[in-house]
Amino acid sequence: MSRRVFAALLLGAAAVASGARPAEAQAPIRIGSVLSVTGPASFLGDPEARTLRLYVERINQAGGVLGRRLELVLYDDAGDPNRARTFATRLVEDDRVVAMVGGTTTGTSMAMIPVFEEARIPFISLAGGIEIIEPVKPFTFKTPHTDKMACEKIFQDLQRRGLTRVGLISGTAGFGASMRTQCLRVAPDFGITIAADERYGPGDTDMTPQLSRIRNAPGSVQAVVNADFGQGPAIVTRNFAQLGLGVPLYQSHGVASRSFIELAGPAAEGVRLPAAALLVAEQLPDNDPQKRVVMDYKQLYESTQNQPVSTFGGHAFDGLMILVEAIARAGSTDGVRIRDAIRQTRGFIGTGGVVNMSATDHMGLDLSAFRMLEIRGGTWKLLD
Amino acid sequence: MDQLLQSVFSGVTVGAVYALVALGFTLIYNASDVINFAQGEFVMLGGMVTVFAAAAGVPLPLAALLAIAVAVATGLALHRLAIEPAHGASAVTLIIITIGASILIRGLAQLVFDRQFHTLPAFSGEEPIRVLGASILPQSLWVLGGAAAIVLALWLFMERTLLGKAVRATAANRLAARLVGIDTALVLALAFGISGAIGAVAGILITPITLTSFSVGTLLALKGFAAAMLGGMGNPVGAVLGGLVLGLLESLAAGFISSTYKDAVAFLVILSVLFVLPQGLLGRRAVERV
Repeated sequence: MSRRVFAALLLGAAAVASGARPAEAQAPIRIGSVLSVTGPASFLGDPEARTLRLYVERINQAGGVLGRRLELVLYDDAGDPNRARTFATRLVEDDRVVAMVGGTTTGTSMAMIPVFEEARIPFISLAGGIEIIEPVKPFTFKTPHTDKMACEKIFQDLQRRGLTRVGLISGTAGFGASMRTQCLRVAPDFGITIAADERYGPGDTDMTPQLSRIRNAPGSVQAVVNADFGQGPAIVTRNFAQLGLGVPLYQSHGVASRSFIELAGPAAEGVRLPAAALLVAEQLPDNDPQKRVVMDYKQLYESTQNQPVSTFGGHAFDGLMILVEAIARAGSTDGVRIRDAIRQTRGFIGTGGVVNMSATDHMGLDLSAFRMLEIRGGTWKLLD
Repeated sequence: MDQLLQSVFSGVTVGAVYALVALGFTLIYNASDVINFAQGEFVMLGGMVTVFAAAAGVPLPLAALLAIAVAVATGLALHRLAIEPAHGASAVTLIIITIGASILIRGLAQLVFDRQFHTLPAFSGEEPIRVLGASILPQSLWVLGGAAAIVLALWLFMERTLLGKAVRATAANRLAARLVGIDTALVLALAFGISGAIGAVAGILITPITLTSFSVGTLLALKGFAAAMLGGMGNPVGAVLGGLVLGLLESLAAGFISSTYKDAVAFLVILSVLFVLPQGLLGRRAVERV
């Protein structure tokens, strides 16, 4: 058998095989992703990767998009921006993806933006940093809330309680430093005075000196805000209880996971934080627009992955769904047309909130996307 | 006043841990001239093994003993598998081997355990003790008491037992020690074993306060090394003193100068010690052996 005949037979066989399943009649739609599945940000990247795989499979079972299957091309950058950029180039040049959902950290996302902007391919980032979408870049979007929104939500709550003098304590690593800057910037808008501004390093294990300084700040503080994620806030919370400051303590959405409550222990009682609705899915009133979406996602994720749901996986869900709806609306896999369709996203209900994109807002969330929670009896309690 | 006292409480607690790590450095350095940068991993193993054994249902005291055993075994294995085969290599080579070993241990810990932070329940409650407006956790007293007990036990061992005297003889002059019939290889293995145990105890005592994860060893090794240098490398009393001074300087800097430059202040002190007083506070003067 000559090689050409063999190839023809193969093609024929493939055609027959795919004929049975209409969704495969055409080439699949390739969606790229670069996530930090391993490495220091794995607690973010791992649930994101699980979510993308889970939902791409489900969408395909339901017939795909535009009658075509979705194909997910996923690479692990291990939290390294250099690797992320290399994989981004590979997605564009070799895998020829039509769009990208990924970028676990602000660092990896920022490294990949130029690649997708140049190739004019829509890029939906899953990282928090506000610099990803400010200033607006033509093809770059993001789903998670920003640290600026966290500051605003906290200050709103303080305003409601009539508290104006705040002690700020933040980690010096990326997230904490960025949120500190944002909080300092928006504080005057809410009539808040930052009476003390203390910082601590990424590996620090005792923040009582900084907290004593806050306690002894001239004019005394009425509340303390901690901007950081990881183990730092757990130690701050314990030290805060140890010193008995006797004022409310606010954490950021960066600690919105079970492990924070476990690490901080009884000291976490009464701590308030802004977080996505997903964390308190069961407590949402039935008429809440997000109720059904977050319950569905939570149940499917927890029943298939055998681990508790996290807001980070939720960001990936939102990104994928916004993209898939945009492709369906655009009726095309052309980068510019998908981008235009993403910009037209209105009233999309995701796990992070209700998304209304525009040409000038590539995140589309407002403060209503954040819920104020309080830790009571070792679990999250929805306040508003 | 209360802020000064608070900084002192915080400083001596952290300093006691630095002191124990520095003590581990000193023991091995005296026996072999090797600066064992895997010292911090012993602290990590102490905390992590206890956490995971306790989570598996082992009672806390037993879990702690198990953790110490694992750290001692790791210390002995480090000596037997990495240091001894490189017998006769220069001190720098041996130091690089220990850095490699520390990366390996950290990687294995990441696989065997996980990458999350963990904690242990405090040994005797979380209710802080108020002293003159400042407060100290009961666990801090455990750390200080534990560190004091270890220093005392080590001193008794070194001064009052034959084996301890053998260790001191080896530290003073290895060749002469061998000539009078001391098994210096055994002494070296012993130094690694004891260092492992000291590190593990430090890790267990500190975990309820500072939390632990697979990666806590790196920074502790660095700070412990700085403490040992400050006190004078090779001097056990200096190691303890260096650890406490370093811990105090850090927390006073955080409380009174600027929390942003806390680490910088500590290392600045080390740099100036190295420039002005290279042998450290209590170190023997460096004499080239010819």
